[in-house]
Amino acid sequence: MSTFDWVIQLIYVLAASCFVMGLHLMNSPATARRGNQVSTSGMGIAIAATLAIVVHEGGITVTGWIVMATGAAVGGAAGMYSARTVQMTAMPQLVSMFNAVGGGAAALVGIHDYMTAGATVSASTSVTTVLDVIIGAVTFSGSIIAAGKLQGVVNSAPVTFPGARIVNVILAVVAVGLGAYLIASPSTALLSIVLIAALLFGVSMVMPIGGADMPVVISLLNAFTGTAVAMAGFVIGNWALIIAGALVGASGGILTKLMADAMNRSIRNIIVGGFGTGDTVIAAAGPGGDVKAIAADDAAIQLAYASKVIIVPGYGLAAAQAQHEVAALADLLESRGIDVSYAIHPVAGRMPGHMNVLLAEANVPYPQLKEMDDINPEFARTDVALVIGANDVTNPAARRAGTAISGMPILDVDQAKSIIVIKRSMGHGYAGIDNELYVDPKTSMYFADAKKALTEMAAAVKTLVA
Amino acid sequence: MYPALLVDVTIFVLALWVGFEVISKVPATLHTPLMSAANSIHGIVLAGAMLIAVTAHNTLGYVIAFVAAAFAAANVVGGYVVTGRMLKMFRKRPQVPAENAAANGSASNGKSA
Repeated sequence: MSTFDWVIQLIYVLAASCFVMGLHLMNSPATARRGNQVSTSGMGIAIAATLAIVVHEGGITVTGWIVMATGAAVGGAAGMYSARTVQMTAMPQLVSMFNAVGGGAAALVGIHDYMTAGATVSASTSVTTVLDVIIGAVTFSGSIIAAGKLQGVVNSAPVTFPGARIVNVILAVVAVGLGAYLIASPSTALLSIVLIAALLFGVSMVMPIGGADMPVVISLLNAFTGTAVAMAGFVIGNWALIIAGALVGASGGILTKLMADAMNRSIRNIIVGGFGTGDTVIAAAGPGGDVKAIAADDAAIQLAYASKVIIVPGYGLAAAQAQHEVAALADLLESRGIDVSYAIHPVAGRMPGHMNVLLAEANVPYPQLKEMDDINPEFARTDVALVIGANDVTNPAARRAGTAISGMPILDVDQAKSIIVIKRSMGHGYAGIDNELYVDPKTSMYFADAKKALTEMAAAVKTLVA
Repeated sequence: MYPALLVDVTIFVLALWVGFEVISKVPATLHTPLMSAANSIHGIVLAGAMLIAVTAHNTLGYVIAFVAAAFAAANVVGGYVVTGRMLKMFRKRPQVPAENAAANGSASNGKSA
């Protein structure tokens, strides 16, 4: 091992340490920004070290340099532009797209290495190449479908057809079976069939999954990308890729499990799909006449004379982009000495922590955002719980057995002295069942878009206290 | 036996454990930024994309190397920028735009001090 190799490997170790430190600093909102900076510098030195390898090894053609530089420039510019301009509400789609390209790149690295090595490829390299290509390709197509579902380009309802599951199994068997065969007898043609089967499997895996489960799927695909990158590291013998990929594989795995737990569903259950297809709908009589509607003035009176208000944001808030309006209303109430906090359900919105990001964008200080276990005991002491576009996570039916959401941890909104629900209609949440909270005698419904409703309520409070 | 492969596997498994340990402590508040941060870290695949450009010597090889480099660069640059944007929003009250002022240069520091 030459001195050069020593230096490069030590730099890679330094970069890997930066990644670990960076993730560690994400433990607290106070240090999270520094964490991202540490991680970024780790990436910077890893890329610089790799550039040094490219120069040192030689053998790269002029075309090779041009290809590498223009590719990186084009991709970097596209990444920079989309990251700068994306709406905070569209963040999950963008993360999913970055997953897609990351997985795609990992698969391409494996394919290229395989084509260059040809028939001389060793069995151990074949194993990791096949894994790299399969996982990378599944992530690529699966993430694009997931992003499309969140963006509304692809039907967000579970899309399924008779025999869909069999097709899935066949694709998986083809990809894995041929992959295993490839290890024994290398062939570029067969690798392309494996690639196509894996790409199709990514599509058929994500299509039957409903929009509600997309956060979990994106998290899972994030873990997949990490694993694919680690496999690419095995293929080209690069420790930086192995370590970083394994870190991401583990983090994505943990996150996926946390999210699935929060919905009281197993990851297998989600992947098998069918949730929210309509066959889980319980044919209960509609809540009909028991629903009490409320006008802005009445809601304002309840809010203005409360001493403790808990705001429960959900996807409706994100969809209406009403984060600034809710912050304005909260500020107004706080200026009257009212204790205002936000109850954040782990899966509110479309990603874990999605609500936190949105509310942070509206300058809501994070100590006001309370997690489910911390805030639940406080509902009993709360005068008004203001539910904004949240549905299933507030449904008391989860406490009973035999409903589609049975056992899912919920926010104990029904314990509050009174409840105001802002919602566009009596429509169902993702679980496709009626929300018993809405027919509770303590509950008043305010039927409007979250942005409009909050603006009207704030105006009414102002008039009232003026 | 593949001693080199064995070393790689050891590194991989240990890195997995480090990932589990470090990440299982992150509060739910930071889950989305965390996912995004992890997302940018797998942009390290850019290193792999750069290395395959070295061995590319025909049209197909160049096309693959180009697409891989573009994909990986989009992942790494976009990932870090978007994570930074998200985290910038997490700050305590008072939310005076002090951060912007500080970013505009140290000239204003003298006045405000």
